[in-house]
Amino acid sequence: MTPSQTSTAAVTVDDVVVDYGTQRAIDHLSFSVRAGAVTALLGPNGAGKTTMIEICEGYRRPDSGAVRVWDLNPVADAKALRPRVGVMLQDGGIYSSARALPMLRHLARFYAHPLPVDELAERLGLTSVRATYRRMSGGEKQRLALACAVIGRPDLVFLDEPSAGMDPQTRLAAWDLIEQLRVDGVTVVLTTHLMDEAERLADHVVIMDHGRVVASGTVFELTEGHEVVTFRADPGLDLLPLIVMLPELARAIETTPGQYRIEGGPEADVIGAVGRWCSEHGVLPLNLDNGRRSLEDVFLDLTGRDLRT
Amino acid sequence: MSAQDMSAQDTRRQGIHAAGGLAPRPGAASRWRVIATQALNEVGMALRNGEQLLLTLVIPVVVLIGMTHLPNDVVGHSPVIDAAAPGVIALAIISTAFTGQAISTGFERRYGVLRLLGSTPLGRSGLLVAKTFGVLLIEAVQIALLSVVALVLGWQSAGSWLAALVVVVFGTAAFSSLGLLLAGTLRAEGTLAVANGVYLLLLALGGVVVPASRLPGFLAPVVSLLPSSALGDGLRDVLLHGQGLPLHSLAILTAWTLLAGALTARTFRWS
Repeated sequence: MTPSQTSTAAVTVDDVVVDYGTQRAIDHLSFSVRAGAVTALLGPNGAGKTTMIEICEGYRRPDSGAVRVWDLNPVADAKALRPRVGVMLQDGGIYSSARALPMLRHLARFYAHPLPVDELAERLGLTSVRATYRRMSGGEKQRLALACAVIGRPDLVFLDEPSAGMDPQTRLAAWDLIEQLRVDGVTVVLTTHLMDEAERLADHVVIMDHGRVVASGTVFELTEGHEVVTFRADPGLDLLPLIVMLPELARAIETTPGQYRIEGGPEADVIGAVGRWCSEHGVLPLNLDNGRRSLEDVFLDLTGRDLRT
Repeated sequence: MSAQDMSAQDTRRQGIHAAGGLAPRPGAASRWRVIATQALNEVGMALRNGEQLLLTLVIPVVVLIGMTHLPNDVVGHSPVIDAAAPGVIALAIISTAFTGQAISTGFERRYGVLRLLGSTPLGRSGLLVAKTFGVLLIEAVQIALLSVVALVLGWQSAGSWLAALVVVVFGTAAFSSLGLLLAGTLRAEGTLAVANGVYLLLLALGGVVVPASRLPGFLAPVVSLLPSSALGDGLRDVLLHGQGLPLHSLAILTAWTLLAGALTARTFRWS
């Protein structure tokens, strides 16, 4: 690895195209994954997230474009990458007759310096799971698959929908593990369609739809320009004088009687305008609140509000 | 983990909970260790699976014992056990290399196991090597058990065990290729049905335990070109008739290996 750019990119995806027959699954997709960070591929079902992960794992070749993982080719250099890359598949990838601890012990023997199996199993609540994989609960299956992805002490893990089917406690345990992986220097790439998961875990979010990147950045960057100020006051106030005072692009509406909402514009300017308008018109604002729209709002604006399953 | 544990002092955190406890330290175990681990895992799973045991051990033993009660002219040799033992060893090889391997691999493919193992240091090629060693180990157990039962029933083998071993290896290659061809293309249920159906068909009419030459006239020329007949005849040539390497049988098995191997390489889907 050379210093500068390549040393900070764990994965680079450059203009990748994948077609399934006549259907274009990945449409000139480019993004990069910073080493040591958590990157979330966020998108609705069918956005191409799993396909993209499969290409990064070297499982699938793109029809065109290039993917580099640790500056290596994921297909041609698979032998060098396999010990370094942990994978959690959406469909598990575990023998249906396997029990949790024997499966983990088995995989651990493939690696030179595996994590201690008992500690990892305990941490993910697998120690007392006696069922075979086919009889495990959804959460148990997911925890075992997550454990399998990290058992070999990888420096890069791909997690495809890690918290799908998890109960809240399981999800917290998984999130806690992912956060520690990041702190300990492991690069994490995960796919999710859960906004709260991306918001909570990801340093960098790549929002995908129809095989394209529709937006990417930190959660802070993605929600920038989506400031919202809300307050309560007497219903039916004349907003025209306020709108005149507001910065350009900001718009004010009464969402429900007595509930006012101003979107857009720098927050400080908006709050200043609201203050002046209130004092000039004798309005007493209650619950004046400012913030940003959630990632969910941004996501839904970008990917459309229709549900795709 | 309870909330109390979560809020515990960092000084209580140790092992993988401590800072750096999950720090990367990638590295594969040695190649032979990885492959041996997986091969033994394959054997362990096969020996713990009731249906597999029925197929690989119980049915061959039952067929062996049952055949000793058949009239001599069915297998064309007396005593029957001398002709039956090589045929049943051939059947055992088909049950493991073809039927058992096709079914287990088909379901591993369906459940993403092949894909996950392919992403570990084992890799796809390592997985295939491990499966082959696993099949050979199970065959060793089968041959040992069947030989003991046959010896108890009065079997007197002729020929060289080394030549027989060569036939076993060639037969394993042919039937493994055919089994993987099924597992890599059909749905798991389809593989299950076809692998079991073909096994029964070959048992009855494939020249395995009953030589093709003893089948009705119109069947014999076709059946004698099947890998099952080549394997059965090859083992009988060595262990019953005391011949050296049965080159005709080995040639047929090689042709099937090349054909099925080439098709498998083209069509095998890992998930």
